[in-house]
Amino acid sequence: MSTLEIRNLHVTVDTPEGTKEILKGVDLTINSGETHAIMGPNGSGKSTLAYSIAGHPKYTITEGSVTLDGEDVLAMSVDERAKAGLFLAMQYPVEVPGVSVSNFLRTAKTAIDGEAPKLRTWVKDVKGAMENLRMDPAFGERGVNEGFSGGEKKRHEILQMELLQPKISILDETDSGLDVDALRIVSEGVNRAKDNTGLGIMLITHYTRILRYIKPDFVHVFVAGRVAEQGGPELAERLEAEGYDRYVANA
Amino acid sequence: MTVTDHTQATADAAHSHGIVPDKSRADRIVSFDADAFPVPTGREENWRFSPVRDLKPLFADEPVAGHLEWATSELPAGVTLTEVPVDDARERTVRAPGDRASALAVKHSGGAMALAIAANTVVDEPITIDLTGVGGDVRGHLLIEVGQSAEATVVITRTGTARYSELVSVNLADNAGLNLVLLQQWDADAVHAGEVVAKLGRDARLRGTVVTLGGKVVRLNTSAAFAGEGASVDLFGLYFADSGQHQEHQLFVDHAVPKCTSRVTYKGALAGATAHSVWIGDVLIRAAAEGTDTYELNRNLVLTDGARADSVPNLEIETGEIEGAGHASATGRFDEEQMFYLRSRGISEDQARKLVVRGFFADLIHEIGVPAVEEGLMRQIDLELEHVADDLQEEPGDE
Ligand SMILES: Nc1ncnc2c1ncn2[C@@H]1O[C@H](COP(=O)(O)OP(=O)(O)O)[C@@H](O)[C@H]1O
Ligand SMILES: [Mg+2]
Repeated sequence: MSTLEIRNLHVTVDTPEGTKEILKGVDLTINSGETHAIMGPNGSGKSTLAYSIAGHPKYTITEGSVTLDGEDVLAMSVDERAKAGLFLAMQYPVEVPGVSVSNFLRTAKTAIDGEAPKLRTWVKDVKGAMENLRMDPAFGERGVNEGFSGGEKKRHEILQMELLQPKISILDETDSGLDVDALRIVSEGVNRAKDNTGLGIMLITHYTRILRYIKPDFVHVFVAGRVAEQGGPELAERLEAEGYDRYVANA
Repeated sequence: MTVTDHTQATADAAHSHGIVPDKSRADRIVSFDADAFPVPTGREENWRFSPVRDLKPLFADEPVAGHLEWATSELPAGVTLTEVPVDDARERTVRAPGDRASALAVKHSGGAMALAIAANTVVDEPITIDLTGVGGDVRGHLLIEVGQSAEATVVITRTGTARYSELVSVNLADNAGLNLVLLQQWDADAVHAGEVVAKLGRDARLRGTVVTLGGKVVRLNTSAAFAGEGASVDLFGLYFADSGQHQEHQLFVDHAVPKCTSRVTYKGALAGATAHSVWIGDVLIRAAAEGTDTYELNRNLVLTDGARADSVPNLEIETGEIEGAGHASATGRFDEEQMFYLRSRGISEDQARKLVVRGFFADLIHEIGVPAVEEGLMRQIDLELEHVADDLQEEPGDE
């Protein structure tokens, strides 16, 4: 049982026009086995929240705390956060030319576990996970995200999540830009990881469509850098009908 | 950090056919007479990026006493290594030297060593020549002569230290094939100015790889000239400049005859406040060279502040009847987004940096085609990166 606890989180970025506050006091608690949908309009700060938790150097935490099972996440380096059990599936995964997917996956797994995986089971695990996500085995020899289509990049993110087995996973618009077939495959992967490991999930999304495939326990409406409203799955249905206009007007 | 990228200026000039910033590369002087080249001041076109003060000993027209120690792999049948007196060596050199250091290297070399591969000889195993500097001033002249339809791989490794200038002449007869690998793994205080001049007969194939990791100053210029149709050159280069290192590679591919192909691919990484690399890639497509196909590329990866990469591609085209001609030059900062991505998967900073830099060089290393060299290089690049990690740790305030 793990808990990610975000308290009164304030975050700024440096822009050419000066320092800009993007997160303005975020409170959120995610336990193992729970799925929290974070829904909000473009530019409301969803990716900023995800990156700040993962430790991206562009974002400065000015106030508040993030803990994982009581440990201070903000004091950890980026790789320490991953080793502590956090995972971020990125909205725009980065290309790392010349580094093969298989080398990357093995290096990451070794780093997270603190020891190299047993070769035979590892090869089998990777093969199985790739099959489940309908990824061609040839992906293993390609450069990380190099020349991948949008859908391939997202499946590759979920592949990593299934293999690295984090405690809490943040999915930043993993559904955006996917056709229905790809969306189904990716959602199956997320549900599988949850069933297998009891993962806690922060599901950041702009659209309600993915919620037909991944059932949220809680829905948080994110507007202008903070949670504007929260509730159960019924809140998502209301958003689907009404959109974000009501919140944006009030913000 | 200072990154000087002349790509745009020269690209514009080169693409408006016939207009070239300076005078044509075809007009550059070549001569065995050292006095044809005044002592460089650093203002000359071909010395303007070079640390002429460090290179000064190589401009002195005086006899020298030093030598490099030679160790050669066992030579198979059809391959000979012989000493050639200065005058004969000149005769057998494919082109006269292109600068003062090179001309003086020939003059004071005391004669050349000639590695000859007889016609129709196909050598499977690489021929290795290990040259070790034991200090002092050394002048060298080397002839590599590959007979008609012969094929070989030659790996020349330089280690130790010296103040060394040299001319390497490469003569490929019709339909000959040579894979020539030059490894500069000098100690930290070595100073090396070298010139490689190659001539390719009809249908000949030259694959040349230059790897420069060691030395204080390495300035290694490669020229390849086509003398017969249907020939091809592939020139690869890999360099890694640390603090205090100057690594310069000038290339000149002379398309004088029709239907030849050239590819130039150089990649470098730079780390440390005073690391400096220079790449100048000249390609000349003469009026007669119809059906030419050429492409040259230089990419630099700047790992830390203060390093400087100069990159100057230059394409001169005197005929419109070509297959293709292009060039690209890019110098970029080490990508923080790549680092973040890898580290967000639990990979440590050091390891992530290794992955990115290995990835940057990976395709190039696989082109070398000599497995022992490829494996050794990956290890050496890792070692270079360990210095980088140490340097970064000394910078206060760095995460
Ligand atoms: N690195 C950055 N530099 C400058 N502005 C940024 C940066 N990251 C985010 N922002 C700004 O912060 C706001 C929130 O962005 P983001 O977190 O990406 O929103 P969302 O993911 O909800 O679309 C936007 O106005 C965006 O322009
Ligand atoms: Mg976003």
